Amino acid sequence: MTETETEFLTTTPPGLTGDEEKNEKLLKTIELKFPNAVEESQVNLGELTIVVKSEHLLELMRFLRNDSAMDFKYLADISGVDWPDRTPRFDVVYHLFSITLRHRLRVKCRIGGDEPAIDSIVSVWKSANWHEREAFDMFGITFKGHPDLRRIYMPQDWDGYPLRKDYPLRGR
Amino acid sequence: MVLKTEEVLLNMGPQHPSTHGVLRLILSIDQENVRSADADIGYLHRGIEKLAETMTYPQLVPLTDRLDYIASVLNNHGACLAMEKLGQIEVPLRASYLRVLSSELGRIANHLLYIACFGMDVGAVTMLIYGLRERELVLDLFEMLCGARLTHNYICLGGVRHDIPDGFIGKCRAFLDFMPSMLKEYRELLVGNRIFRQRTRDICRISPETALDIGLTGPSLRASGVNWDLRKAEPYSAYDHFDFEVPLGKRGDVFDRFHMRFLEVEQSLKIIRQVIDKLPEGPVRGKVSKVFKPPVGEVYVQIEAAKGALGYYLISDGSAKPYRVKIRVPSFSNLSHINMMMKGWLIADAIAILACLDLVLGESDK
Repeated sequence: MTETETEFLTTTPPGLTGDEEKNEKLLKTIELKFPNAVEESQVNLGELTIVVKSEHLLELMRFLRNDSAMDFKYLADISGVDWPDRTPRFDVVYHLFSITLRHRLRVKCRIGGDEPAIDSIVSVWKSANWHEREAFDMFGITFKGHPDLRRIYMPQDWDGYPLRKDYPLRGR
Repeated sequence: MVLKTEEVLLNMGPQHPSTHGVLRLILSIDQENVRSADADIGYLHRGIEKLAETMTYPQLVPLTDRLDYIASVLNNHGACLAMEKLGQIEVPLRASYLRVLSSELGRIANHLLYIACFGMDVGAVTMLIYGLRERELVLDLFEMLCGARLTHNYICLGGVRHDIPDGFIGKCRAFLDFMPSMLKEYRELLVGNRIFRQRTRDICRISPETALDIGLTGPSLRASGVNWDLRKAEPYSAYDHFDFEVPLGKRGDVFDRFHMRFLEVEQSLKIIRQVIDKLPEGPVRGKVSKVFKPPVGEVYVQIEAAKGALGYYLISDGSAKPYRVKIRVPSFSNLSHINMMMKGWLIADAIAILACLDLVLGESDK
């Protein structure tokens, strides 16, 4: 079997890559509607990422869910990321999918300080509830307006936030 | 004379035959009705995400085996797809076909255990033995394929670990020919059973909008009528080369959630038959450098795991170890609104509702 006869399937088949046109259209619509909110945007490997200011987050999320041209009815994931050498220290990353319009978006928000806090989006998507609890448990990020913010994996009286980079692997 | 009643706090503790793992449910009950349910998880939290930051990318794959240990191959599949997208690695077609083959076998193994445990939880204890008996056939196939029955570690970066051994295809075909008769038996035992239907029909109906809003994915979401199967909607790894249907439910009740998985087993058998018939020749691993260092960036890849949408969010800082790995597990999101689902139903119904969600706490707790 020579090299030329081997059939290869690249790792970015149509399903796993975003549409360039869709990404551009998304970005334009968001920037038009929220001109001061978007700090930066990037398209890498077919995925559109926008970084927004935390004060505009809740309004933007409501727009992304309810507007018919956006229709992001499915919130896939909320993650926290710790960048200890950077201010602001934490990133809160939201992954949104639209089932009807087949586009996707990654929204990031940078927060920091001694007691990092951000608006909770539980009022927009109910599925955010446990994801935000996990980010609180693992990173110590407070979600303002969350109905039931308590630890989810660790015991309630645990001290420390395990997924922060300065927390040792084997715990304290 | 009016009887004084009060709400009782019942601890359906971490060790319980019906909780599918170490899940603690704090039920507040009034006579026989559930007033509220709070899920306390974290008993199986092993810090997989933190461990992943200390391991190289290829070492991450056996770690993901331990997430959903019922169908480990699917976890490997997602992780490898995410790493390959980040590093722009090409996968040979034969490897993609073998990935589909092992993933669908994993899906069948998972659904057989689900059907078995669901039957047991609802009261048809015979179903447990029947389902596990057939599951043994699938695990035998896996043992032939990759040497392990449970934590497969078969799909690796660039392709699959090794090619199928001699005799595998014959044994697989025998399994495919044998399975429909067993499914017919299960159908007579459970699906057509009047008592089973009374216990599961119209219990906890979830509308499509609610299902999507609370984060349900996978067969539970499709039971409510939402046509979202990542194998069809965003095909990965050669799934678009095969012809299969996506079963959809109409009512979104416990019976539909159970029946979806039943029908999915039939579809998986169909896919495996096509894979074996059309399997191309070629290598089973693409070119991967000895030390895999993807460029700086991030990627989010979702696949259709047996329990729902399994997503991997990888952030790379250019080194051989990932900076952050966030795994979006279906059991976590499926379990999150158990309070809303169980409220108002009887305790017996609450068990059926918990069983129909298909949870595995190893995944939920990471």
